[in-house]
Amino acid sequence: MHELAVTQNILDIVLEHARRAKATKISRIYLVIGELSSFVDESIQFYWDIIAKDTIAEHAQLDFQRVAASFECQECRTVYHLNKETIFCPNCASSRVKILTGEEFYVRAIDVET
Amino acid sequence: MSQQRLQVVQNILSANEAIAETNRQILAKARLFSINLMASPGAGKTTLIERTVRGLSPRYRILVIEGDIATTLDAERAVAAGATAIQINTGGNCHLDAVMLNRALTQIDPGYFDLLIVENVGNLVCPASFDLGTSANVLVASVPEGHDKPHKYPSMYRGVDYVLLNKIDLLPYVDFDLDFFRKGLEALNPNVELRLISCRTGEGLSDWYQWLESKIEYHRSLD
Repeated sequence: MHELAVTQNILDIVLEHARRAKATKISRIYLVIGELSSFVDESIQFYWDIIAKDTIAEHAQLDFQRVAASFECQECRTVYHLNKETIFCPNCASSRVKILTGEEFYVRAIDVET
Repeated sequence: MSQQRLQVVQNILSANEAIAETNRQILAKARLFSINLMASPGAGKTTLIERTVRGLSPRYRILVIEGDIATTLDAERAVAAGATAIQINTGGNCHLDAVMLNRALTQIDPGYFDLLIVENVGNLVCPASFDLGTSANVLVASVPEGHDKPHKYPSMYRGVDYVLLNKIDLLPYVDFDLDFFRKGLEALNPNVELRLISCRTGEGLSDWYQWLESKIEYHRSLD
């Protein structure tokens, strides 16, 4: 549901960076989205086509780099991914875990024409 | 015409975070302790607010900002309990964001109040991503939701300072593994405070009131 507001934020960010570089067109946008960030890329793409209309980013391709959630057990150092049942260590069942990746949510880069 | 790649590396929610910071400054200036109250629908947020307002007023002046998709029912309940309430209808939006709170804060004098409770939209996913700028993030969980919720909604359980597990009067009647819940919470959020409460029987609420009072007094004592 909130992907509309988020898509507007992405547009604001890329237009500002393109303006500073005096770009005339934005052709590609590289987004990094962690599994724990709760954003759905299909929705962002859907809104993009509406929101970016009549801007220099109108036909930009959105490139989504998904980052899986990963955890490191602080007892036995096992590194593992999210499963849908539990976040405890699958090796020793410890609950002392550290989140390594999965919370990313940013615009990494844009391809522009100047 | 030439092609080039520009490095950006900018958080997509940076606009929200900037406004959350403004809210934080407004609230700090007013020496107003504020909480962002989050939960799934039906966990008991509004009942907890009613209880809390009855427990702490008239000693403390309480402002409740209600985020609701369409109705004003929750705001009416807060007012009936003795609070001042401002309703924000999110118009179908699934969460409150910093701009909505900022607009609500301009409608009143925050310095008049001792405690601000922001009741977020009932949802365990979206509100976790949008910082409002309040002093604390509080989650109301409830026994009927099940003990697996920290494991299934890690972003929500990770970002809160205080968790109230409500409806503990139902523990004898449902399969709720308190240890599994507690360990899931601790794994994601080792420094969080967990309190077991029942808004129906009143069990555990005095601890919650004491925590609020100590925070309210602390914020009032700041220069």
